[in-house]
Amino acid sequence: MVEMTNLPEDPRPEDSPVSAAIGGGGESWWKIRLALMRRSFRDNWKIFRRNKVGVFGLVIIAFWGIMAVMPTVFFATGFWTPAVYDPVTGLELDPPTRTMTMVERITDPNTEIDRRAVLLDGRIPDTLQIGDTFELPLQPAPPDGRHWLGTDPLGRDILSQLMHGARASFFLGIVAAVVTVVIGTTIGSVAAYFGGMVDSFLMRLADLLIMIPGVALLIVIGAVFTYQLWHLAVVIGVLSGFGGTAIVLKSQALAVKVKPFIDAARVAGGSARHIIFYHLIPNVMPLSVLYMMFTVTGAIQSEAVLSFLGIFNTDTSWGLMMNLARTQGYLLQVADFWWLTVPAGLAVTLLSGAFFLVGRGMDEIVNPRLRRR
Amino acid sequence: MIRYLTRRLVQMVLLFLVFLTVTWFLLYILPGDSVALKYAGNPNIPPEAREVALERLGLDKPVLIQFRDYMFNFFQGDLGVSFNQYPRPVVDIIGERLPRTLVLFLTALVTYYWAGFVAGKFLAWRRGNRGEMAVTIGGVGLYSMFLPFFAFMLIWFFSVQLGWLPISKFLDPEQWRDAPFAANEVFMRLFWVTLLTAIAMFMASLAAHRTRGRMLERILRWGGGALVIAAFLFYWFGTEAGQGMRIYAGDIAFHMILPVLTLTLINFAGVMLLTRSSMLETLREDFILTARAKGLPEGMIRDRHAARTALLPVATSLVLAVATVIDGGVITEAVFSWPGMGEILISSVLSEDIPLAVGAFAFIGVLALIGHFVVDVLYGLLDPRIRVTEHG
Repeated sequence: MVEMTNLPEDPRPEDSPVSAAIGGGGESWWKIRLALMRRSFRDNWKIFRRNKVGVFGLVIIAFWGIMAVMPTVFFATGFWTPAVYDPVTGLELDPPTRTMTMVERITDPNTEIDRRAVLLDGRIPDTLQIGDTFELPLQPAPPDGRHWLGTDPLGRDILSQLMHGARASFFLGIVAAVVTVVIGTTIGSVAAYFGGMVDSFLMRLADLLIMIPGVALLIVIGAVFTYQLWHLAVVIGVLSGFGGTAIVLKSQALAVKVKPFIDAARVAGGSARHIIFYHLIPNVMPLSVLYMMFTVTGAIQSEAVLSFLGIFNTDTSWGLMMNLARTQGYLLQVADFWWLTVPAGLAVTLLSGAFFLVGRGMDEIVNPRLRRR
Repeated sequence: MIRYLTRRLVQMVLLFLVFLTVTWFLLYILPGDSVALKYAGNPNIPPEAREVALERLGLDKPVLIQFRDYMFNFFQGDLGVSFNQYPRPVVDIIGERLPRTLVLFLTALVTYYWAGFVAGKFLAWRRGNRGEMAVTIGGVGLYSMFLPFFAFMLIWFFSVQLGWLPISKFLDPEQWRDAPFAANEVFMRLFWVTLLTAIAMFMASLAAHRTRGRMLERILRWGGGALVIAAFLFYWFGTEAGQGMRIYAGDIAFHMILPVLTLTLINFAGVMLLTRSSMLETLREDFILTARAKGLPEGMIRDRHAARTALLPVATSLVLAVATVIDGGVITEAVFSWPGMGEILISSVLSEDIPLAVGAFAFIGVLALIGHFVVDVLYGLLDPRIRVTEHG
């Protein structure tokens, strides 16, 4: 029944708080707008809450949000010391021992040095025979009391990396989504308002961009630049903002443009800039928020794929954790070294999936047709 | 229709020119000397040899001349020479890899669209039972799976734990050690035979759709399908040409199972959810009520009246999916070491083999363009309401 509830032009006088605000006279306009916003938020939340899928996504996002904040708390309270738990430079000097059995001696024929012993820093006693068992402190170490999710092959704490990875993912996703929405709404509204040449140029550009496989393009860009996290976020945001998002938002803006209040604004002497920024954009905003969610999903996945393939280099990210497991050869030993791959892989899946689910939940708010009657 | 097609074709060519130009400048110009650095910037190389190398790679000329030469050569089918596999032309490498990518990509696309459409159709038909929730949640879970992670889990499970399927790669070198054929020869044969089979299957099912009688439809669908499969088997087992290649073709097909399975499982949920919502909307339409009132059998209402209308938005989604599927293909190829376009794109980028990277990316772009074009035309054929007229 309520569609596009944050239309400021439609005060719905039958509703009590708003009509009170209007009827009260002398109230300033921003109070009315605030009341409207509060009410639309409450109504939309009611619709959103009915959809269990969206709420489930929100819960997962909240979980990772807490995870992202935890390292700060841990470091501040001294529960974690940076020397051991830093995600990049931390090192566990005293890993738990693992029981091993000597299978064979691999001796380099040229130097006649036991290669395995060199690799293990000479920590194997010389007297050891084939078939003997011995204890050896080794990384990657399985989960224990100090490292709840174990350590990686370089002796760094997995949980700490996971938490810092969450931070990086949130940063990336939010920056990419904001860039997308700013560009997408502006381009969409401008194209819809002016039409003609501007429209066809912008839409052909969008056509070109949605046709280019994004990950392939990011790989190619990776050949040229060594980029940082926020560069990647901006690139993803720009690609999505000028591409698919712009097309969808333009069609929405077209639907808004033919409504009478736009004509009224024009007749009243509103400039193009005023109409676009005060009348068109606020009305395409709800849909753009939906596309924000899908952008976040895409951004998190793209970053993970790029760092997994070793094309994108950053300090800590979930993709990088899996890349390390891959380059060190632990990737297919899932049963023995699950903590190297499974937490990071699941984290990418869960967080990007959660944003997707929230997007689907919001779909019902933005498209009233989808609601179950 | 013809005017529309020519206009689209001209647009496509223009778009491609822009795309190629941007790619070229991005890769050749921005790194500045990196191309030269890698191959001629080594201080151990004497200056004369450096000059010769630059000249041979065509890097000594001004940028715009290089660009002009590249564009001219491109449309004469010469994409330069790979830096890393030095005397080998890029076209040669791409010609070998492109069919492999196409096969993987098309097989996966057909499989997952089909699976998603059928699943979505039944989900909408039986709305609200417990199975629906489970399938939806499972589907969305798979849909947002991190592709490399999921692929490696599948490899670990099927190849490492169970040992049923090969871990990666395109063929098993041991089996091919004294094969009388080149791998590409076998592969192309496999490609054509399978393509013909698929087309014949499609024709049979199309003919079945067009018929009126329920009985005749069944005969056409199942009988025609069986006939095509019999012909397919006869080729590999009955004819001499097929028998010789059978083991090798089988080996390649065997290596394809896991990548296709990965792509299908990850992508089918998107199609499924879309089909479901489109189907739910269609089921509210009046003509469904009419069909019910006429007393048509349920299966017929579902498949012929509802599902065919519900197919339209799904077909549109194909337009947007082309880029996504190619992306998924690139990642899948990298994970499975499948020697296709995605794999050369990544390896050439990592080893800064610029001509090969430009060539691979250009062809990925061509693939996307053609995909869009085909889907657009198909969409016009599917939906009579938007059929392109002379004015379009």
